[in-house]
Amino acid sequence: MKFLNGMTLLLIYQLVGEIGVQLLQWSIPGPVLGMLLLFLTLLLRKGMLPSADVASTALLSHLSLLFVPAGVGMMVYFEHLAKEWLAIVVALVLGTVVTMAVSALVMRGASRLFSPETYRDG
Amino acid sequence: MADGDLTNLWVYLSASPLVGLTITLIAYSLGYRLYLYANRNPLLNPVVTAITVLIAFLQISGVSYATYFEGAQFVHFLLGPATVALAVPLYQQCAKIRKRLLPLVITLVVGAIVGAGSSVGIAWMLGASLEMQMSLAPKSVTTPVAMGISEQIGGLPSLTAVLVVATGIIGAVTGTTLFRLMRIKDDAVKGVAMGIAAHGIGTARAFQENKEMGAFSGLAMALSAFTSAVMLPWLLHVAGVL
Repeated sequence: MKFLNGMTLLLIYQLVGEIGVQLLQWSIPGPVLGMLLLFLTLLLRKGMLPSADVASTALLSHLSLLFVPAGVGMMVYFEHLAKEWLAIVVALVLGTVVTMAVSALVMRGASRLFSPETYRDG
Repeated sequence: MADGDLTNLWVYLSASPLVGLTITLIAYSLGYRLYLYANRNPLLNPVVTAITVLIAFLQISGVSYATYFEGAQFVHFLLGPATVALAVPLYQQCAKIRKRLLPLVITLVVGAIVGAGSSVGIAWMLGASLEMQMSLAPKSVTTPVAMGISEQIGGLPSLTAVLVVATGIIGAVTGTTLFRLMRIKDDAVKGVAMGIAAHGIGTARAFQENKEMGAFSGLAMALSAFTSAVMLPWLLHVAGVL
């Protein structure tokens, strides 16, 4: 029952997020606004909703499964991808690794500078 | 049963959403078993196995992607509630996050610029078409947001969805090795870098490490979706691409 209540809650927040984004004409997606609203609710409540915890843990424990259908869409673009494969592969691999390395360096540097008390990197 | 009956049965089944949904779950659990069997070797990411198995199956059986997606959309749909669900770990790690707010904001802005700039720059240098460059620009942003950005800047949204998944896989596969080489041990630093570069697939990988890294990754993914949606169209305009 907790799972069902939790799922219902997540869907309600998503729905409110979608409606909010439409009404306010924001360029962020509805689920992102829904997440912010649920986060604010938990902050104001000063406590976790057990049902939300159960549903969230269930969904997030296999988050990567949810990307499979979009990934299979690759088959539609085989020709597109084959034509420019070198540029795509290099841009994807190098771009991702560089982004991750730079983000890590900036986060490490800024943490040392601004939050040294919580930083523990040895 | 005669041959004709079997064919009819297949025609009936392949047109129903049941097949697309079921094979998605079977392919993923196969991939996940293989991953566990290989002692969680990041190279055997379950998403890669699942996608490979599914594409092979669809090619052999001659089922189109559109037909497959009629079933698979039920899984795809859960990306929405899963995004909302990120509020839970975010709240649980709130105290730790609050102490790192300023470093986080700085990293998000730099990460959004480097994420889009590096991929567009590399693709441009290697002679990719403008349409491909624009489809690549939001590759580190989570799927629904990336598709919206892509449309806005002149890319192909559904091609972007594919590139986003590929980016997530690359980040999830290379992340832990990269952090080891860079000698980064702090979970907040690793999580933020993973979330900015590799969105939800990176976040799934981060949760496998521990809850703190996962929470920071989820937070970085959500906030970078927000900063990228605001900054990317403007950045490309300033850079003179649009």
